[in-house]
Amino acid sequence: MKGPTPEPRPEPVTTGRDPAGPEPPDGDRTGARKVRLRGVSRPPTRASRLLANRWAGLAGLLVALLAPFVNATPYALSVMTSAAIFVMLAAGLNIVVGYCGLLDLGYAAFFAVGAYTGGVLSTRFDLPLLATVPAVLVVTVVAGVVVGAPTLRLRSDYLAIVTLGFGEIIRITANNLDVTGGPSGVYGIPPLAGDPVAFYYLTVAVVSLAVLGAARLGRSRLGRAWRFVREDEDAAEAMGVHTYRVKLAAYIAGAVWGGLAGVLFAAHLSAISPASFTFLQSALVLMAVVLGGMGSVPGVVVGAVVISLLPEVLRDLADHRFLLFGILLIAVMLLRPQGLWPARSKEALK
Amino acid sequence: MTLLSVEDLRLSFGGLLAVDGLSFSVREGEIVSIIGPNGAGKTSAFNCVTGFYRPSSGRIALRGRDLRGLRPSAVAALGVARTFQNLRLFGELSVLDNVRAGAHLWLRQSAFDALLHTPRYRRSERECTEQAHHWLDFVGLRGDRHGPARALPYGEQRRTEIARALARRPALLLLDEPAAGLNHGEKAGMLDLLRRIQALGVAVVLIEHDMGLVMEVSERVVVLNFGREIADGRPEEVRRDPAVIEAYLGGAPDA
Repeated sequence: MKGPTPEPRPEPVTTGRDPAGPEPPDGDRTGARKVRLRGVSRPPTRASRLLANRWAGLAGLLVALLAPFVNATPYALSVMTSAAIFVMLAAGLNIVVGYCGLLDLGYAAFFAVGAYTGGVLSTRFDLPLLATVPAVLVVTVVAGVVVGAPTLRLRSDYLAIVTLGFGEIIRITANNLDVTGGPSGVYGIPPLAGDPVAFYYLTVAVVSLAVLGAARLGRSRLGRAWRFVREDEDAAEAMGVHTYRVKLAAYIAGAVWGGLAGVLFAAHLSAISPASFTFLQSALVLMAVVLGGMGSVPGVVVGAVVISLLPEVLRDLADHRFLLFGILLIAVMLLRPQGLWPARSKEALK
Repeated sequence: MTLLSVEDLRLSFGGLLAVDGLSFSVREGEIVSIIGPNGAGKTSAFNCVTGFYRPSSGRIALRGRDLRGLRPSAVAALGVARTFQNLRLFGELSVLDNVRAGAHLWLRQSAFDALLHTPRYRRSERECTEQAHHWLDFVGLRGDRHGPARALPYGEQRRTEIARALARRPALLLLDEPAAGLNHGEKAGMLDLLRRIQALGVAVVLIEHDMGLVMEVSERVVVLNFGREIADGRPEEVRRDPAVIEAYLGGAPDA
């Protein structure tokens, strides 16, 4: 197909520049044009919109910080801590799925790798959980490379199947190894903080940094390269983006975010078992990313909070809560397929 | 001095020879057009040079450096930029981000700079944005730069793709039918743009069907038919070449 027929436009496209001019103007004229053009293409509302975005992040953080003052029962704290950890998972998966467009159906595997590495090392060697973090980082990076290196040559659908398989392999391996405690898992994992309130605030701090980090990566050279790959792999290659390395970088970043969330998870529950890392968990994180708006950091945070809190809010419905949960999710996806807080194509004024 | 040299390039898809012994060279700063009927192997030759296809045999060298077996990003890293016959912009991304893609290879910024927002991050982002604006000014884009690229009219998308390639600061620019689908006025604009690109010292290889544009802008024209080179010379020589006339019009009287 030859491209679409262009709309007829009466005026020539030489844009006021003298077509006979021998040299590309690089000095004053370009400068003057630039100023004018930027003035035209930037309505003042955009600055305020970015500001709104930044304020939204701070407002979200404020809500998280103030929540224990509203309700600090052990149950509420536990739910809120879980929600925060879930936000970190969603932020990590958003790097892989949202930024880079790699459909990963086995993300819980990295969550498991982080949780088990932290849990096993701390219980076997009597280490504080914090001391296991360097090891967790190394192991999750290695896991990211081991899964990513052979599979990232595949294109979308195949990648989804392979990651689905990998997620199950990790869970089944954990179920069958002695070092991971088999089906009963690892228990007696030392806490990261003395009391639940302190641990909640620690979690919020770590998750905030993780979300901020994911957002900053998204606005960088690497983050743009991820989006180029998502939009058009061939065009990205033609512009010098080594698509394979860039995809691997997204995968490793996702693995690190997931692994560190796993450490928080292990500290939160003090016991982990393969039952925590099923396909359902991977699907729920993916759900949070899609529901919130793929590639949008505020979106996935909102999505993760909704996905993790909604079943708790619906707890009064007893047996029917997951039915209603499912119906609500379907309704949202029908009414707002782009997500609750979609990523903007429109660029904000920096 | 020779920038790009292609020698005896062959490319076959199964039994079909798409490119059959093509040789041509491009000097620094030169504009060379590759013309030929549809299916003559022009785009296939482009894809061989830029690493998207692996040629069956032959030599491709940029400043003496062998390009065969390199992936497209490695070819781009050596200073080659290209556009595509069917526009390949990053449709959902802003026009500015599209052109920032051209900065990917020269922008010095690590993931840690981005995480910590170091001065180097801020400096490089500012430079990247300024360069993106500079090249959009250069191609004369008038549409909204902050909006998604897919929202631009067709002619403006063509310009954006060229701006993206120029932002790479290439030594060699391969343009695959840049004037396809443009109206008369837009073609005049494209001619002007090609001249200004040449004035930058960038060598251009142009695949184009618009003969007016080709004859006007090219220093040399290479004519392909059925994967073979049938003529190579200055525009006025090629225009009079009997083999070219035959390929285009079919059955010219025997010379």
